[in-house]
Amino acid sequence: MEIELQHIHKRFGRVHANNDISMKLRGGRIIGVLGENGAGKSTLMKILSGYQPADSGAILIDGREVDYHGPQAAIAVGVGMLQQDPLDVPAFTVVENFLYGQPPAMTRREARAKLAQISREFGFELDPETPSARLSIGQRQQLEIVRLLALGVRTLILDEPTTGISAQQKTILFDALQALSREQGMTVLLVSHKLEDVIALCDEVVVLRAGRLVGDKMMPATKAELVQLMFGQEIAPQERSSGHIGDAVLELDSVTIQDRRVRVESLSMNVRAGEVIGLAGLDGSGQEALMRACVGLINVAGGRVRLNGRDLTRQSYRDRMHAGLAFSAAGRLEEGLVAGLTLTEHMALMDNSRAMIDWPAARQLSGKQIERYNVRGRAEDRIETLSGGNQQRWLMALLPEQPRVMILEQPTRGLDIDSARWVWQLLLDRRAHGTAIIFNSPDLDEIVTYSDRIIVFFAGRFHVIEDASTATVDALGHLIGGNFEEAAR
Amino acid sequence: MNEELLNILQTLVTSSSPLVIAALGETITERAGVVNLSLDGSITLAAAVGFIAAVGSGSTLIGILAAMLTGALVALIIVVADIELKQDQVAIGFVLTLLAASLAQFIGQSYTRVRGPELPFVSLTFLKDIPFLGPVFFTDHNPLVYVSFILVFATWWWMFRTRPGLALRAVGERPESAFARGTNVNRLRYIYTLVGGALVGLAGAAYSLSIKPGWTNPPAMRGDGWIALAIVIFGGWHPFRVVLGAYLFAGLRAISSAIQRSPDVQIPLVLINALPWLLMIGTLLLVSSGAIERLLRALPRSAQVWTRNILRSDPPAALGTRFEEH
Repeated sequence: MEIELQHIHKRFGRVHANNDISMKLRGGRIIGVLGENGAGKSTLMKILSGYQPADSGAILIDGREVDYHGPQAAIAVGVGMLQQDPLDVPAFTVVENFLYGQPPAMTRREARAKLAQISREFGFELDPETPSARLSIGQRQQLEIVRLLALGVRTLILDEPTTGISAQQKTILFDALQALSREQGMTVLLVSHKLEDVIALCDEVVVLRAGRLVGDKMMPATKAELVQLMFGQEIAPQERSSGHIGDAVLELDSVTIQDRRVRVESLSMNVRAGEVIGLAGLDGSGQEALMRACVGLINVAGGRVRLNGRDLTRQSYRDRMHAGLAFSAAGRLEEGLVAGLTLTEHMALMDNSRAMIDWPAARQLSGKQIERYNVRGRAEDRIETLSGGNQQRWLMALLPEQPRVMILEQPTRGLDIDSARWVWQLLLDRRAHGTAIIFNSPDLDEIVTYSDRIIVFFAGRFHVIEDASTATVDALGHLIGGNFEEAAR
Repeated sequence: MNEELLNILQTLVTSSSPLVIAALGETITERAGVVNLSLDGSITLAAAVGFIAAVGSGSTLIGILAAMLTGALVALIIVVADIELKQDQVAIGFVLTLLAASLAQFIGQSYTRVRGPELPFVSLTFLKDIPFLGPVFFTDHNPLVYVSFILVFATWWWMFRTRPGLALRAVGERPESAFARGTNVNRLRYIYTLVGGALVGLAGAAYSLSIKPGWTNPPAMRGDGWIALAIVIFGGWHPFRVVLGAYLFAGLRAISSAIQRSPDVQIPLVLINALPWLLMIGTLLLVSSGAIERLLRALPRSAQVWTRNILRSDPPAALGTRFEEH
């Protein structure tokens, strides 16, 4: 199957997300679609798979122009896309998710058989009666792939499929993709900003930058060459950081946490001043629960939490913030900020010292912080109108200047490389002044680069890597899949 | 078996049938992701319209159809306001509650205490001879009671056993996924909101054509719409549990009126009247406290598979949200 894109344009307001993109994609190959966040890769793939219409331009499949509305129509001509957050229905069982969308004549029995047959072919382990809500991201991806293949898809698009899955699941996925392209002649499009994955898997790459197609290349290519293509310049890899580590500030004394999804049993740890602790693990393995237990958003079922020797175990979130903790949530607009309020109103919200709002003071402080944190936005803009990177900057601007411990859920979630580096520059600066930092991230690179110590979680169990400089992304990938015994050997 | 007890249970089944029908209608609507908050108003309005149509035409069937149409029309306003005008479902529903109730009193005014046609009482051959079940469920009921039985099973079967049922649930759980599979999300929301609304209207007809025949001022069924809404939550959006909730509430109400009649009990009347509502709040708290979730986890895996649907108490994940394709 050969796909040709001709002069694709797509605008979102002032942003030209796809600017005159033309390309030919030959069948039977794995093609990497490269570019940093916001380069327009996902938009282009959504247009190709029918999730969004292009403003103008044409899509040709085997030389014939197609004009489809909706993903189902794209699947009918053989193009299917696996979204970064797989589009299943969490309340459905695996088999229900598989069945929903198949031809009306298919019975539940046939669905089961087909699901089992395709799963077996690729070594996927999917129990038909498990609700999708209990699957890991990796398993939900497998389910979507099986579903799309059963629908007769000949071109498979995958959007950042390796974020948030374990190394074992990645191996299974890559084997499956290779089998699909080499043995079955399918076209696989891999959207990714992870160069290691692209180098390991792809036959060729196309590169997007700021909405334009800026290059294509047959593999093999080196990482440096790909970076040059992606950014138009070479970027020095971020140095591993190290700083002065002081005395213990936050002490966890055999803390036990029980939340809806996971139980973490008696975890003890001393977080020291100026230390960065990275928490790795698949979604919901215990790392989020630990962070939220530290700041008092969920109660501990046992054990003690102390800050500078003071027992905080029964203190409220508010009291803990006063005592010197700072917290930022992964859901920026859902939890961290208040959608609908302006930057100044956020600033006014932080001041609880008086009953009336001191607007001039809030405005002045906002102006000052906008400048200091280099926020692209005005004090009277509502927060949700800012880009993700600027929202994150404002979130940082609202946090206290020099807390004892900062607890950050995915501090660089969805940020482009510049914004992400800016955030870390700021955090490392705070840390140089003695603030301890606890953070988590699905990006194992980020954890290896910035942590002094790493705690890996799997289904509530944990494994501490005392010296993070000995950790590699690959080893962490195996650990988050639960291979603790191997690591101990 | 005690004759008197059978009679009480038989009355219970009759008197709770409108609650069953209305709560099932709302369950269907909410499963598709739309909240029809107007229940209390639309039941009343449908009861009035149904009664007036029955009096005018002399036919209870015309009355029933008019009532269903009324319920569907109110629901149509909600779904149009939501999808086309992008208004808040809850706000519109609340305003419609008040509007429909007042409208009912207005048009019902000249029909107060007018005698109109009533639904006949029917017993089902063979079924009525089953011990215990026969006299309670299949003897001397109006036809809408039997319709409510059928509806319970039909709703369950449609939701959990058919392909369109998968689409119905998906639209209320995660419309993006439904869209990805070629489902026309907003069209389904139209359809199921109208179907749910028609059932709410049917519940109104069950009141004014049989259970509380005629029209009174204030309307006899006032408050039952809110109870139906609560029963949907109690029922965890599952038809079988919804029925259980409706019978439970009717039972509580029967107990409180029995206490009221008994001369030896010295409890203030107001308190007795409030009893079923208080108990309902209590059960709602119990249901939503996570006790069921814990019970579910304690069951063996094989039992979890089939109990999961009936015991879960989470609302449809996309309930009350709007879906736009791009």
